[in-house]
Amino acid sequence: MNLRTQVLLWGAQRASAAVLAFCVLVHLVTIIYAVRNGLTAAEILARTSGSVAWTLFYTVFVVAIAVHAPIGLRNVLAETFQWRGRGLDLAMLILALTLALWGWRAVYAITAA
Amino acid sequence: MGTALSVLHVRVWRGTESGEYQEFQVPRLESQTVLDVVTHIQRKLDPTLSYRFACRVGMCGSCAMTVNGKARWTCRTHVASVSDEERLEIGPLRNLPVIKDLVTDMAPFFDKWAAAKGQFRGSATRNDDFARVSPESRQRRLVDESIECIGCGVCYSSCDVVTWKPDYLGPAALTRAWTLVNDVRDVDQRERLTAVAGDAGCHACHTQMTCTERCPKKLSPTAGIAGLKRAVLSAALKGEI
Repeated sequence: MNLRTQVLLWGAQRASAAVLAFCVLVHLVTIIYAVRNGLTAAEILARTSGSVAWTLFYTVFVVAIAVHAPIGLRNVLAETFQWRGRGLDLAMLILALTLALWGWRAVYAITAA
Repeated sequence: MGTALSVLHVRVWRGTESGEYQEFQVPRLESQTVLDVVTHIQRKLDPTLSYRFACRVGMCGSCAMTVNGKARWTCRTHVASVSDEERLEIGPLRNLPVIKDLVTDMAPFFDKWAAAKGQFRGSATRNDDFARVSPESRQRRLVDESIECIGCGVCYSSCDVVTWKPDYLGPAALTRAWTLVNDVRDVDQRERLTAVAGDAGCHACHTQMTCTERCPKKLSPTAGIAGLKRAVLSAALKGEI
């Protein structure tokens, strides 16, 4: 991986961390609010189904996770197991796409009208 | 030499990368430094003990060792400040090859200063007037915060990222680079930002701040590395590296 990409990945991790800080806060507050009278699938779906706002919010959340986690894990694996190079980068790209796909599948499941 | 107050039990590393700690008993004196202890052992108890020192006043940066688990400059470290129970364990600096006993090979450490483009290169000749840099300017103040590094290796030895990632440039080399990034006379800025960028450069730092906590000169390599991260990212976004 070239030097510029390494630096831009670091920037992307920082930026996604800022987005995650906001998203996690909203998510936690929502959980506390949602369970105040018990938790049912019907109640969740009533709030999220067909909601453009929740669709946008959780899409941004998923994108931030898909960007943030693989970059961090790439560092952890390099430092812990001395795994470097193209194999590692490819594995992390696959992880990013998997997280994005699974995440979006979950978002679709709760927001589809 | 003053009157002994008690006896210090001192374990000292003997050997190279492999070896063992050897115990010595050293008279405990008032205002005694760790370097005084090592010197006593070498001069009175075992002349084959190898260690390194020069100035003895905290200027040269050559006497750093691992004392009771932490890297310290031994000439300015009083025994009283590191030993509660009259016990000391003294070893070589971590993260560097051990030549013998308490002497480490500092070549990898200074090679990284060179790799981080730690050399000044100006454009002025001897026929030019002195460069005028205001002591109040923002960049000169940033230089002030890092310029007193004595190259002792305490930060490098204390850094876990260096342990995990041996090609990481480390806090001292990056601090040196940061002083030059803020030197308005230097003309190698783009090359330097390229040299300190990426996975083995400033972006490997986890901001654990052990370097800042242990620096005997009370510098903050962490702050300088954070400055480098921003400067390099800015250059990368502009397509300059």
